[in-house]
Amino acid sequence: MSLLEIRNVSKLFGGLAASSNVSFTIQKGEILGLIGPNGAGKTTLFNIVDGVYPPTKGQVLFKGQVISGMKPHQICKLGLARTFQVVKPLQRMSVLDNVIASAFLRAKNKAEAVEIAMETIRFTGLEEDKDVISRGLPLGKRKKLEIARALATQPELLLLDESFAGLNHSELNESIEIIKSIKARGITIMIIEHHMKVIMSISDRIVVINYGQKIAEGIPQEIRNNPLVIEAYLGE
Amino acid sequence: MESFLQTLIAGLLLGGLYALIGIGMTLIMGVMKIINLAHGELMMVGMYIAFWMFTLFGIDPYLSVFIASPILFFLGIFIQKFLINPVLKVDSILPENQVILTVGIGMVLANLATIFFKSDYRATPVSYATSAWYLSDYWENAPIDLSLSVPWTVSFVIAVAITIALWFFLSKTDSGKSIRATAQDLDSALLMGVNVKLMRVVTFGLGSALVGAAGCLFIPIYYLFPSMGGQFTLIAFVITILGGLGSTNGAIFGGLILGIFESMTATYVGMGWAPVGRFLIFVAALIFLPGGMASLLKKKRIGK
Amino acid sequence: MKKYLPLIVLAFLAVLPLVGLSSYMLHMVILVIMWSAVGMAWNLLAGYCGQVSFGHAAYFGVGAYTSGILYYQLKLSPWWGIPISIVVVTGFSFLLGLIVLRLRGPFFALATLAMGEMMRVSAENLNWLTGGNIGILIQERTWIDKTYYYYIILAIATATFLVVKYLMQSKIGYYFVAIREDQDAAESLGIDTTWYKTIALCISGALTGIAGAFYTNYMGYIDPHVVFALHDISIVTIMIVMVGGVATLLGPFVGAIIMVFLAELVRSIPGLGVAHQTFFGILLILIIIFLPNGIVGDFQKIKRLFKVGGAYK
Repeated sequence: MSLLEIRNVSKLFGGLAASSNVSFTIQKGEILGLIGPNGAGKTTLFNIVDGVYPPTKGQVLFKGQVISGMKPHQICKLGLARTFQVVKPLQRMSVLDNVIASAFLRAKNKAEAVEIAMETIRFTGLEEDKDVISRGLPLGKRKKLEIARALATQPELLLLDESFAGLNHSELNESIEIIKSIKARGITIMIIEHHMKVIMSISDRIVVINYGQKIAEGIPQEIRNNPLVIEAYLGE
Repeated sequence: MESFLQTLIAGLLLGGLYALIGIGMTLIMGVMKIINLAHGELMMVGMYIAFWMFTLFGIDPYLSVFIASPILFFLGIFIQKFLINPVLKVDSILPENQVILTVGIGMVLANLATIFFKSDYRATPVSYATSAWYLSDYWENAPIDLSLSVPWTVSFVIAVAITIALWFFLSKTDSGKSIRATAQDLDSALLMGVNVKLMRVVTFGLGSALVGAAGCLFIPIYYLFPSMGGQFTLIAFVITILGGLGSTNGAIFGGLILGIFESMTATYVGMGWAPVGRFLIFVAALIFLPGGMASLLKKKRIGK
Repeated sequence: MKKYLPLIVLAFLAVLPLVGLSSYMLHMVILVIMWSAVGMAWNLLAGYCGQVSFGHAAYFGVGAYTSGILYYQLKLSPWWGIPISIVVVTGFSFLLGLIVLRLRGPFFALATLAMGEMMRVSAENLNWLTGGNIGILIQERTWIDKTYYYYIILAIATATFLVVKYLMQSKIGYYFVAIREDQDAAESLGIDTTWYKTIALCISGALTGIAGAFYTNYMGYIDPHVVFALHDISIVTIMIVMVGGVATLLGPFVGAIIMVFLAELVRSIPGLGVAHQTFFGILLILIIIFLPNGIVGDFQKIKRLFKVGGAYK
């Protein structure tokens, strides 16, 4: 059984199709890259999986259970966490408090929540900044905070929405390492990314969407040589 | 049947005036994204202007529209430029600070009115205050005879005229189009080179002028006292929710529906319950029609 | 020092009546403490959870009328209103929450305002239940000496303080602030935002209702215009917390001291009395522009202001 299954999902916004008839699956333990030109409907797909929008048609199954129609917090409880492309830190809380707030989902008490949070913060390399009020963080660290917060909910599947955009070279390498170690912990990842080199190097498989439709799926090597994909990107 | 029609028409007339109040608020909400809780107090200011123009100089309240509206236009500009704009830049825990600020403005206006004009209830004794016309005056063999108050009818007609003029302004002139663009999509408006800052100021002035005009229209038919504003702020807000936030067309329907509903409640349930009817319709709109009338209007258009 | 400040304040308040305050001064302090309790309750919902209510008079009034109706209709001691109002107002808040918590930000604010007004109009019109505009008069007062009332409201306010303080250190507190900061992010972190907002509303409402029930017992008379007042209750509550400090534990107390004594001072100055609303309106405007987080919240800013002044000497 696949961990996540997207089954014939369509989403209409006032007659416009942001996703049409998309189907693919994610297997446990893999990193799946989701790419496509700007406005292809990648984030919409994330929002459907994570429960922000119900799909107009089709279903999303997580661990064999239909989750489309559930609310984001219910889906999160089942073990599916996400980050936002436009980062949403809890502005007036410190980095540590941000992560504690999400660690409470699995923690029995505050001490345990703090423990989970500290562990996650060390893991993502935010230890030095743990007492900084999060809106004062530079973008690179805010992106890391998004990942830390999602991880603190102890998910089985992590959706990362452009976690690398706007990072400098050293931050980029650091983040790639973090993602690899997340995978090493047995957490499955679906990632949206524009940075082609990064996505090709870390993904096990890649799904390409354009105008809301899936146009290709395969290992990075196949995607690189797929004429439809090349056309979609050249046409942009 | 006759009393039903009578009630319906009275509600329609009231609704036309309500619409004018609601449009002012919805315009400000659309462009500024804030709720102006001093809206009713601005109307009260308009009413006092009309009242004193009549008492001191014998100027008919309907002519005072041309005096009160410009004054309120500038009052609105002053409020937005010197009070609301600074607050938009201040960082605070609660974003509702702007709304609370308008409460403060409303308090000051209402209290100043009490200080200057006493808290007395005042009526404006225009000569035509109690005159009425009958349907049978104009239509001899009318199946039902209805009597309609002259000032209510005149006020309604002027309200409709102002609404039509506003519609022309918003849809045919450049400034009007800029205001609508700002309300619909701030980013695109900025890209199109709309002077958003100016539009915000102008819109607040325009919204104030509209409610000031509504105040003048209410003068011949309603009594006046300094703390009346709160009630009308609520009415305007209910209309705005009912109509759909920021939608002028919605506000017209919202105003009419509210007017008719209140008139019906007053006739068939009891005078004191009219405000409760107002809230019931408000709650119903929140639950069953979260996008307001505007969402219904839109759906129809797409259906076509 | 900072940690013990609430204890010091409490100890001071506990011995205050022993110094022999006049009946009038005692009345003022009782009002300060009552308003602190209401302010703290409002702060829990608005300051911490970010749901700015413009209609706290609804909870205050329902609490007050719970006491009043127990006495007026059932001939029970109005003191029963304090425990019973917890149940009644919690239930009332829950029902209200079903409607108003669908809305966000300013729309929530306005909907609560409308609800407060709706409660007032209903209380005016439901003559058979509330006695309408005539109000309810508690004929036999429990005590003449205000000291008893003083300690009762002090106990209520202390309990309110402890509830808020305890909640804010727990999981619920983290969730409240997360909801205030970003509702979408909170939802994505597994927080059932609707449920936790409902909890905030019910606790805040119940705490306000208790203060309302106390009010009936203390003042001995209520009517719809007094206990469901938009300006004199809902807006004053907001002002108390705005002035004192939004999302601070002691802010409501500081705000209540300032507002109650300032109101009294302004009213007592001849010629200025009628203008007290203007005075408060201007105060509110100034606070929002210059001290948006209140005296306690912007304390560092105030200190810096004086330091800068010193540096120029």
